[in-house]
Amino acid sequence: MLTLLKKIAEIGIVSEPLPAAADEPWLREPLQAEILAVLGRALCIRHVDAGSCNGCELEVHALNNPYYNIEGAGIKFVASPRHADLLLVTGPVSRHMEQALRRTYDATPEPKLVVAAGDCACSGGIFGESYASCGRVTNVIPVDVTVPGCPPTPTRLLRGILAAVKARN
Amino acid sequence: MSPQTQQEPAPIQGDFPARRLTVAADQWVHTAESLRPAGARLLALWASDERDHGADFTVHAAILKPSRLLVLELRVPEQQPVFPSLMPVFPAAARMERAVFDLLGLRAQGGDARPWLRHAAWPQDQFPLRRDFAAHRVFPNAQEAYPFVRVEGDGVHEIAVGPVHAGIIEPGHFRFSVVGEKLLRLEERLGYVHKGIEKRFEQLSLDAGQRLAARVSGDSAVAFSWAYCMALEGICGLAPPPRALYLRALLLERERLANHLGDLGALGNDAGFGFGLAQFSRLKENLLRLNEAAFGARYPMDFVVPGGVAADLAKDSKPPLLRQCAALEREVAGLRRIYDEHSGVQDRFAGCGRVAPELARSLGLMGLAGRASGQARDLRNDVAAPPYDRLSVKTAGRSEGDVAARVAVRFDEALESLRLCRKILDELPPGAVRAALPEQPPEGFGVGLVEGWRGPLLVALEAGPRGTIRRCHPHDCSWQNWPVLEHAVIGNIVPDFPLINKSFNLSYSGQDL
Repeated sequence: MLTLLKKIAEIGIVSEPLPAAADEPWLREPLQAEILAVLGRALCIRHVDAGSCNGCELEVHALNNPYYNIEGAGIKFVASPRHADLLLVTGPVSRHMEQALRRTYDATPEPKLVVAAGDCACSGGIFGESYASCGRVTNVIPVDVTVPGCPPTPTRLLRGILAAVKARN
Repeated sequence: MSPQTQQEPAPIQGDFPARRLTVAADQWVHTAESLRPAGARLLALWASDERDHGADFTVHAAILKPSRLLVLELRVPEQQPVFPSLMPVFPAAARMERAVFDLLGLRAQGGDARPWLRHAAWPQDQFPLRRDFAAHRVFPNAQEAYPFVRVEGDGVHEIAVGPVHAGIIEPGHFRFSVVGEKLLRLEERLGYVHKGIEKRFEQLSLDAGQRLAARVSGDSAVAFSWAYCMALEGICGLAPPPRALYLRALLLERERLANHLGDLGALGNDAGFGFGLAQFSRLKENLLRLNEAAFGARYPMDFVVPGGVAADLAKDSKPPLLRQCAALEREVAGLRRIYDEHSGVQDRFAGCGRVAPELARSLGLMGLAGRASGQARDLRNDVAAPPYDRLSVKTAGRSEGDVAARVAVRFDEALESLRLCRKILDELPPGAVRAALPEQPPEGFGVGLVEGWRGPLLVALEAGPRGTIRRCHPHDCSWQNWPVLEHAVIGNIVPDFPLINKSFNLSYSGQDL
């Protein structure tokens, strides 16, 4: 127990200011205020892997690490689309996931936002369209914001999520 | 079956001893059986359409025995598209043979006749990897029922999970049969992220194939792109410069570290120990940030390229890389002590999701999960393709086969990777980092083998005329390990499933292709 407490004390708090947008500073408190102004509560995100190579998931996970600490800014990942304000969709949409993605979208309450994250979600990427792949996400459900990158960094993902929230404001 | 005489094995050019041997149908199972007592394991099984070469179809089985690779090949005529199942010798063959039917229409006799990779995106009489199947042809996406195996009995009920899971994780379906909290049976259904990777390869040039290989399973991008390049370089008879090989190994060990650090944190979290997730995900982030400084990207997906690596190490990045090794060694060792001494965590880890060594051996459990169940095999030692022939990797090994053993193997391997990174940096040879591929790569067959963080993976590549890809089969050891997970959970309780599942952390994309 003592080593554990010592470790916690030694590391301290490593959370950083949230990444700046292209031309304006985005800090944790103003961001939180913005989310509150739009939603009146935390932003709940449901992630859907519609066929990715799992590279994007690695960076989506990173958003929860102590450096980005998005939960500390009022953004959290939820286990059901019923609880979600925003769908974060990765991958080209495989034809085997087409129906599951549509159903997840239908199960998300209005008003809902969709962020297509990663090159494949934006354009179909290297997999493109084929007998097995529907290609980009917008071929299957409406998309509000696209975030390119292979995989997109946590910073870019956050900017995309925030751009979607701001667009709704 | 057409009669075929036994031939001499032909060598496959490349970084490690490999041969291919064509056998007759009546020798197919027998040959595999004769290799089994010496510890041979089935590494991959796939098929190809050779009708345009006047040879009907070919089924290929890559057998690792243990320091050499043998690719067995069997001709299958179009008029009678069946072949003997290898399942009695290698149980892991079952799902691979089902995939061979889904993709090429060749049926393994005596096996499970249900589809595996095919759900409803194409009809059961169409076969995407046949050469006369147009890659862009789209069929109506009709829903098809899948016959799960039902467990009958008093109080038995089913829990259906997925394809969309509750966490940030790839899609797949799990069907649990339970009594109360106790798991009687798990049946997996995968194939949701099948996106036509093998067909897509055939539309790319040999040079561009590396980018697709890197995206077979994103968490193993370095391993897969290295295996692809190894196969291609074998075909071309090209040896990348020594510095390039060392840099590939450096990146492969850092990929292993990133995954182990992430999983060690997630395993703590799944045992109710959030401290572990916070600490390990911080260490992983440190690693990724230094990747960006040293290799140009947090996840340098396309750093390994045919002929070498895309760029040299960024200027002045050697000292920070060495400093990071030292810092990580200290922190990982410290966190290991905290995990080991935490009774709550140990209570969840010990005895959970056990795969006994005998079961692991007979089912062909591979990689880190195999090494936690007494199967002390590691391609970095067994095959030791350069530069691993100079690095003498210490193979981790446990025999308890439970979550605790898989955690221990991850700790051991993370620390060993740190030692290797340090050694690689200390001994980094000078010189060029890329050799040019011949302008017109020759036609031919090559194989790449790499011990990724999860376990062994293979890329079999056949180069066609004018720099085209005639056939490419990437194979992840998740194929072998997914069926073993079904055994590992039996008798455990439902809430332990996420913990057991994470301790294996298998790839969906890498097996759905």
